[in-house]
Amino acid sequence: MSILVIAEHDNSALKPVTLTTVAAASQIGGDISVLVAGSGCAAVAEQAAKIAGVGKVLLADDAAYEHQLAENVSRLVVSVAAGYGHILAPATTTGKNLLPRVAALLDVNQLSEVIAVVSPDTFKRPIYAGNAIATVQSEDAVKVMTVRGTAFDAVAAEGGNAAIETIGERCDAGLSRFVSEELAKSDRPELTAARVVVSGGRGMGSGDNFALLEKLADKLGAAVGASRAAVDAGFVPNDMQVGQTGKMVAPELYIAVGISGAIQHLAGMKDSKVIVAINKDEEAPIFQVADYGLVADLFEVLPELEQKL
Amino acid sequence: MKVLVAVKRVIDYNVKVRVKADQSDVDLANVKMAMNPFCEIAVEQAVRLKEAGQADEIVVVSIGSKSCDEQLRTALALGADRAIRVDTEDGPDSLSVAKLLAEVVKKEQPGLIILGKQAIDSDNNQTGQMLAALLDYPQGTFAFAMELTDGRVNVTREIDGGLQTVDLQLPAIVTTDLRLNEPRYASLPNIMKAKRKPLDVLTPDELGVSVAGKVKLLKVEPPAERQAGIKVGSVDELVDKLKNEAKVI
Ligand SMILES: Cc1cc2nc3c(=O)[nH]c(=O)nc-3n(C[C@H](O)[C@H](O)[C@H](O)COP(=O)(O)OP(=O)(O)OC[C@H]3O[C@@H](n4cnc5c(N)ncnc54)[C@H](O)[C@@H]3O)c2cc1C
Ligand SMILES: Nc1ncnc2c1ncn2[C@@H]1O[C@H](COP(=O)(O)O)[C@@H](O)[C@H]1O
Repeated sequence: MSILVIAEHDNSALKPVTLTTVAAASQIGGDISVLVAGSGCAAVAEQAAKIAGVGKVLLADDAAYEHQLAENVSRLVVSVAAGYGHILAPATTTGKNLLPRVAALLDVNQLSEVIAVVSPDTFKRPIYAGNAIATVQSEDAVKVMTVRGTAFDAVAAEGGNAAIETIGERCDAGLSRFVSEELAKSDRPELTAARVVVSGGRGMGSGDNFALLEKLADKLGAAVGASRAAVDAGFVPNDMQVGQTGKMVAPELYIAVGISGAIQHLAGMKDSKVIVAINKDEEAPIFQVADYGLVADLFEVLPELEQKL
Repeated sequence: MKVLVAVKRVIDYNVKVRVKADQSDVDLANVKMAMNPFCEIAVEQAVRLKEAGQADEIVVVSIGSKSCDEQLRTALALGADRAIRVDTEDGPDSLSVAKLLAEVVKKEQPGLIILGKQAIDSDNNQTGQMLAALLDYPQGTFAFAMELTDGRVNVTREIDGGLQTVDLQLPAIVTTDLRLNEPRYASLPNIMKAKRKPLDVLTPDELGVSVAGKVKLLKVEPPAERQAGIKVGSVDELVDKLKNEAKVI
């Protein structure tokens, strides 16, 4: 049995979620190939070839794949799919955009956000904002699935020595065109990979007040997240949203500040190892999942906390 | 231009669902149902396009049992012109839904198709992408903003690192993210008017699609419950606990 993993990268470096997706692939068991589709991305293929447990790297280097347009990359994946029993991608916005399209072209279903491998055809995935965990068995000829990064431990980035095979075929559907991108720049660790996450909600009151969280985050080497209410209010950009429809995080320590704890928010962070909640309302539902709750006005305690760390 | 919107009937987003004791599924008996929040945003977007003179007809489609008519009526009350329900048992798999929608699209020939990015019951986030693949249309998923111009649509998408804008040829598929717009409420006169708007029912047979899921639901379990911890009395106590008890800092 062979497994194809779609690498996530920015054309120059492999994203760590690729390593957790390979981890899920190794639990399924079989020869693992990694597809690196992009433009000017040979260095990424070199990195992918070093991943422990990877047998082969497929490199498709073409301008048509530069921005991971699903119309083009899905055709590419289908063109190399023969012989693979499983096709996996990280459950990121890139993977979620691409993989259902691949599945439909192969006339199979797709499993979203797999969190556990039970057997090569049976998997667990959360439904209803994580309020239930479904065990599903796929009878499809090819199992196509996105993998939740926080649910698997990354395989080693080094240690492998896979052969790199270049794919010459060019798949340009001519249906879509990349226009522009506005990427948030930050020196902090990435939200989904950070060891500590400090998140703010509507209680922060304004975007400027997020500076209080940033100071705390700097002390802890943490990433900064937010609730949807904070994003909707325009305090912070959308890529900081944690939750059912935002990012899934599972850090060692999650500090929720001025967040009430709606089920949609909890869906994105309740697998964190230790949860701290700071909220002035002692009835806030966030306290039901918090290991340590501090009922207090955040404007009073945040500066003190930052200072005492 | 005709706009087609797919709407799904799901559990109300405020309800915390429970797993059945025999772990066969979640318990939806006597649970409040509603239109999927992302579909409300899709309907709203279509209505805004019509108000702006960029769309002339809005057709809403739902796939499921008769109970879905309630959500179709809501969509009609919000401003859709006509509704179609494809009669199936509740909860067909996404590929079947996409195949049925693709046949409806072939009949209706809309210029734009809007879906929610995700149904909050299955949390699948895949039907729009599948529909786009089956029709060989471009897709603008997780839309934060969209702009129609001559024969094309510009879609700004919410992606992990920020925002990305793509330019798509029409007909195209757009799936909505939360910040695309804020849906309106239906007014009472519009709810009354909606009762007289057409709602057609089609069967999968008529559309030439067989609904047969190859994904079996073996078991549904509650997630590992977290125990509520303790309340600390001061910042000092919190720092002490994090350092010496939890050992995370
Ligand atoms: C389809 C759908 C998807 C959604 N997806 C997500 C998602 O992915 N992520 C998400 O987060 N939400 C999501 N939501 C929204 C969710 O339902 C809640 O509305 C949202 O999480 C609330 O954010 P909040 O806790 O910041 O705001 P609120 O609920 O308003 O809570 C603010 C909290 O701050 C506290 N507070 C105020 N001032 C202070 C102070 N000075 N000091 C201390 N505490 C203070 C208050 O006591 C309150 O508990 C979704 C909703 C829908 C319908
Ligand atoms: N049974 C259905 N009937 C109509 N539309 C649906 C149905 N299932 C999914 N959709 C559409 O597809 C979107 C995404 O759903 P999903 O891929 O299941 O997360 C929804 O927001 C709807 O727009």
